[in-house]
Amino acid sequence: MTARDQHALEMDFAVARHDFAAAGEVASRVKQVLRQLGIASELVRRAAVATYEAEMNLVIHSNGGKVALRVEPERIVVEACDLGPGIPDIERAMREGYSTAPDEVREMGFGAGMGLPNMRRCSDSFTIDSSVGRGTTVTAVIYIAQLGS
Amino acid sequence: MDDTARPALRWPAGRVRCRVARRGAALMEAMHLKLEEIARLIRANVIAGADKLCTLDIDTACGADLMSDVLAFCHERTLLLTGLTSPQVVRSAEVAGLSGIVFVRGKKPGDDVIELANALGIPLLATDYPMFETCGMLYRAGIGGTHRFSRAEGTSC
Repeated sequence: MTARDQHALEMDFAVARHDFAAAGEVASRVKQVLRQLGIASELVRRAAVATYEAEMNLVIHSNGGKVALRVEPERIVVEACDLGPGIPDIERAMREGYSTAPDEVREMGFGAGMGLPNMRRCSDSFTIDSSVGRGTTVTAVIYIAQLGS
Repeated sequence: MDDTARPALRWPAGRVRCRVARRGAALMEAMHLKLEEIARLIRANVIAGADKLCTLDIDTACGADLMSDVLAFCHERTLLLTGLTSPQVVRSAEVAGLSGIVFVRGKKPGDDVIELANALGIPLLATDYPMFETCGMLYRAGIGGTHRFSRAEGTSC
């Protein structure tokens, strides 16, 4: 563990496939934790939105996975990783309006092809690593020092 | 609808227009209204958060049924108007830091949604007016939209 790691807070939250009743609980918890840490409200909001979109993606599209929150002195990292099925075409998945979500998801107000683009919009740094058959890891980084600088 | 059936649309007495500025951009004007005044204006029933009627100030609203749009384009302390009654609407409002939710065109949420809103402290109103008319009433009363923030900040999140 590095000196920086000693000042980091890490939390993992399991997200189950198609558990729509619980969808959003992780984002609420992340928001609560970041508030308690005294993070600026605009950064808390961006992290919470990114987490919520990641959580909805796991519920809608994945075979289950987890969201990891890591808070370091200089940045907030939200990482969502799942157990598959993987994204065949990441470029298309990142396009606003492109979605493979079923109608039942659209009836809840999601599945409009804005999830990943919204995550990217809320992030200072955003990466997707996906492999069909293995799974997907989406990482959103928000820099704490950047606000107002 | 004839004119006599319309709610009174006027600047509430004793209130002043405020100037809203973000990050040095052009000043935009919007009216602050208490949630109670909003409810009266759009003839809404209060189904959660009645304790905030006299304390919650509203100066911005948006109308949307797509929660991803709400998450992307609504700013904190915005009042959301929607025809959607799923629990995800309340979750989205909480995550995005919205002031409250108005269900339009006579939609009523289930008990699970009301319970969630009470637990998260998010007021819920319900009006029989359709989306377009509800938005129009609030806009005419001086409530602003979210676009002025996006334009001022050059960002939408």
